[in-house]
Formats: sequence, structure tokens, C-alpha cells
Amino acid sequence: MMLDGLYQEIILDHYKNPHGRGLRDPFDGEAHHVNPTCGDEITVRVTSDLTDISYDGLGCSISQASASVLHELVQGKDPAAAAEIHHAFVELMQSRGQIEPDEEVLGDGIAFAGVAKFPARVKCALLPWMAFKDAAARAGVDVGASPEVKA
Amino acid sequence: MSFDVARVRKDFPIFDREVNGYPLVYLDSANTSQKPVQVLDVMRAHQERYNGNVSRSVHTLGTESTEAYEGARARIASFIGAASPDEVVFTKNSTEAINLVAHSAGQMLRLGPGDEIVISEMEHHSNIVPWQLLCERTGATLRWFGITDEGRLDESQLDSLITSRTKIVSVVHMSNVLGTINDVSRISARAREVGALLMLDCSQSVPHLPMDVRSLGADLIAFTGHKMLGPTGIGVLWGRFDLLAQLPPFLGGGSMIETVTMTGTTYAAPPARFEAGTPPITEAIGLGAAVDYLTGLGMEAIHQHEQDITRYALEQLTAVPGVRIYGPASVEGRGGTVSFGVDGVHPHDVGQVLDALGVEVRVGHHCARPVCSRFGVPAMTRASFYLYTTTDEIDALARGLDQVRKVFG
Ligand SMILES: Cc1ncc(COP(=O)(O)O)c(C=O)c1O
Repeated sequence: MMLDGLYQEIILDHYKNPHGRGLRDPFDGEAHHVNPTCGDEITVRVTSDLTDISYDGLGCSISQASASVLHELVQGKDPAAAAEIHHAFVELMQSRGQIEPDEEVLGDGIAFAGVAKFPARVKCALLPWMAFKDAAARAGVDVGASPEVKA
Repeated sequence: MSFDVARVRKDFPIFDREVNGYPLVYLDSANTSQKPVQVLDVMRAHQERYNGNVSRSVHTLGTESTEAYEGARARIASFIGAASPDEVVFTKNSTEAINLVAHSAGQMLRLGPGDEIVISEMEHHSNIVPWQLLCERTGATLRWFGITDEGRLDESQLDSLITSRTKIVSVVHMSNVLGTINDVSRISARAREVGALLMLDCSQSVPHLPMDVRSLGADLIAFTGHKMLGPTGIGVLWGRFDLLAQLPPFLGGGSMIETVTMTGTTYAAPPARFEAGTPPITEAIGLGAAVDYLTGLGMEAIHQHEQDITRYALEQLTAVPGVRIYGPASVEGRGGTVSFGVDGVHPHDVGQVLDALGVEVRVGHHCARPVCSRFGVPAMTRASFYLYTTTDEIDALARGLDQVRKVFG
């Protein structure tokens, strides 16, 4: 089936066994994002030193797995590294499948390369990352100007 | 006489195509319907041979265009049992028709604090937001019917919900999510008793059910062309003529006036009063052709076919492990729209796997978020049927759901 590119084993694994799920205290910044077309929601909390990134939400396998990968990749990183990862992930999702992702930077995130070919699902993958960016900003952490996300 | 669905399908060119290597299984007609050649041909012929602006030229093309446009209005009027074509106002879609009423009736009734508008939890966003906006503008209060566990309107509080404070009641005739067909007789009687206007959102009912506005008990109805084999960009507001005649205009511009001076304007009679600017002429004519097509087959026969398909679909879906159906469990008082959940799998993922098999369903909140919230889910998967839907397509859906459970099992 042509779905193999979308539902990579890694994505399904993160979906079924999410890392770091559940909202935790203490935190310094929180953001709640909604995907208005499908109603999916996520809340992300971060501490100002990024030692904890916690989240909870309702959503499809892509958005939930993406949150799990975000947690795994970014938690504990310094702001510059977090910004680099964030930028790379957003850029990958907007590439329509034209970019070869760098596993050094994106780790399990490279499994999302296939999602970029399904325009209707890109927003799902980006939902936790956009919420993270806002939560980080509220905690005083700037993860940089990521490429603008168009609906 | 049995309904010949195979013949019907031959009129729809889109069924020749494949999706992702599979024959197209289109189960999203509640979203928008497919179009038969009879509609496409009429629209093309109009553009190629008769194109002119309506109601404002003495030349031949303008006259022919006007005749075709007004002819469509007349056929649509008789399709819904309107007393006269003048009761049919062309709009862009249902959404615009409802907004028109929210503006014009809100103004006519001089709504203010203490007045109430009653809708329901079962509404499409387009029958919620215009009323919320009206309440914000005027200080009126919005109230609503709830939904029962079976997916029907909860009328248990009817008399305390619709009271002398109620000025407008606007509810959906057939739910675009649950498939429920609302018997509005009690609501209509109560609205009449208290002197409130009753509007029905018939976006999902006019395409699928025989419609007679004279016996429906409503003052106004809205429906949309693209869900009934017509094109996008054309919808209808029907209203009792004496009511339309009292309503002030919504949009101002050309064609809706009687005379204009620099100091003031008087307005045309309905329906022109509500059709400011050049209307979607080709689209109106296309909708007229759609109505001819539906009339040719007979709305009773179409409804019967959809009942058969729906009965089959309810059986097949109930038999899939982990599937939960939202809305009435039997075909009584429901139409051919079935929303469901697959245990442990998000609707997006259900829809994605089905699409890979050529099966096109809608997933999400269906522009009716309160309905999803009522059933405690952020989203649902919806299969919706029409005159061209076959039992084979339902089988393809059921097979697809097996595949969904395999991928996410
Ligand atoms: C019940 C109902 N009301 C209103 C609408 C709005 O129709 P439109 O978007 O064509 O205005 C729809 C369709 O989406 C609907 O199903």
C-alpha cells in the first residue's frame, strides 16, 4: 500500500508507546494549540532550561507521534540546539518530500519525511512543534524564527 | 419499479476514475455531491451559447440568459413546493442564506436584550455562528436544544426553551453528522404559538428527501446547490412571500433596487431585493438542471434507495469489531449519513487508510464541533450516501476498515 511512506514503523511505535506524555509540574511556559480543521488539540509545557518538556493532547497518530519525537529530541537540549532541531523539522515538513533529512539532527524525526508528501497531514505533524515554540517563548526561550507555517 | 443505480452511475463521469489505483468509492456526498453530465452539459452550453448578464439587457443574449435563470428559479420553486418562484432567493450557499436571515430578520425584529434565539447542539457551524454574531450585535440571548444519547433532538424542555421571549428558532432538518431527520412538527407548533419565526437548515434534507415547504411548518429554509448534484457557488433561501416582503435587504448594490437617488434608495420586491449584484447565473442554471435530473428519477425513489443503502451500511458497520456508530441505530428517522468511530484509531488515520484504498470518507468535526463534543470525541469518521451509492461501495468501506484495524492493531 502507498501508505508505507506515511505510517513508518517508527511513527506507529511512538504513537503506541509515546515518550514523555502527560503534563508535569513545575513548568515556566505552556501553550495550547488546536488544529481548527480537525479539532485536534495539544498542550505543551516547558521549563525555562528545557529539562522538561511535557504534553498532553488528542489527535491522530501523526500528531501524537510527532509530540513524542519532539520530547525525545528536544528535552534537555540548550536553546541553540533546540532551535536547530525545530528549524530542521519544520523545514522537512514543508519540503513536500524534496529534502533528505539529517538523522544526526532529527533522529527518529526523519521518519516524518514521508508525511511531508501528504499535504493534508503536515499540519498534524507540526501541531506539537508549534505549541512547543509558543510554550518556549512564554518560558523566555527563543527557539528562533522557524519558517512560517501556511495553512 | 426498482431503482437502477448502475444506470444512474453512468451519468456521472467521475466514477470512471481511480484513486490510488483503486476504483473511486465516493462516500462523501454530505460534504459535496458529484455532478451528472446533464448538469455539466447545461452549464457548458449556457456559457458557450447564451451567456449574457441577467435582468439588465434588452439584447437577445441577455434575454435568453434571464429566461434560463428565472426558469431555473421556477423549477426549484416547484421542486420544493413553493407557492411561487418569487419565494426562491438565490444565494451563494446555505451559509449565505442563513447569514442573510440573521441580518435581515434580526433588523426587522429589532432584536435587543431580553430577546432570545433558539438553535440546537446538532447544528452545522453555519447555523450557529451567524446567530452568535447576531446576539453579539444586538444583546439578544442564544439558547439551544440538546441531543439525546440516540442522536435525536432533545425536545423535553421544549416549552421552557421556546417562550414568548423567543423571536427566531433555527434548527437543522437533517443532521450532517448523525444523519438524524428531525420531525419538526412540535417545534413548529410551539414557535407558532409564541410568535417566533422558524428557520430550517435543509442543506442535507432537500438533496435527499421529497420536500414540500407548504406542509413543512417552517417560515424560511436554506439549502445549497453543490450537495444536490449542482455546482458550488449557488444556494437557496426559501421564505414565505409575505415574510420576505417585510424583510429589509442584506447586501446592497445593483439589481436589488427600485430607484436610487443620491439621498436614498427604495428596494425591489423579493426575490430581487436579496440578490444584489450579478448573481451566479450559470450556477443557478446548473442547479435548475440538477433539480430536473432529481425530479426525473423521483425524490421518493431516491430516498428509498438511500434507505436501502443505509440499512445495509448500518448492518455492515455494526459487524466490524471496534466500530461505534453515532446517531440513530436504525433507518427510522434518519438519512444516508453515518458517522462512526473505530476503537483506538483516530479518524484522520481511518480516513487516510481508506483513501489509500480509493474510499473517500470525511474525517474531523464536520463543521459541527458541538456534536462531536456531545459524544465526547474530538472527531468522527463519516460515510455519506446518495442516489449513486452501491452496496459494493459499502463492502469496500467495510474491507477498508479491516485494513485500518490491521495497520493500527
Ligand atoms: C447541515 C449543513 N448546514 C449547512 C451547511 C453549509 O453549506 P455551505 O457550505 O454550502 O454553505 C452544510 C454543509 O457543509 C451542512 O451540512
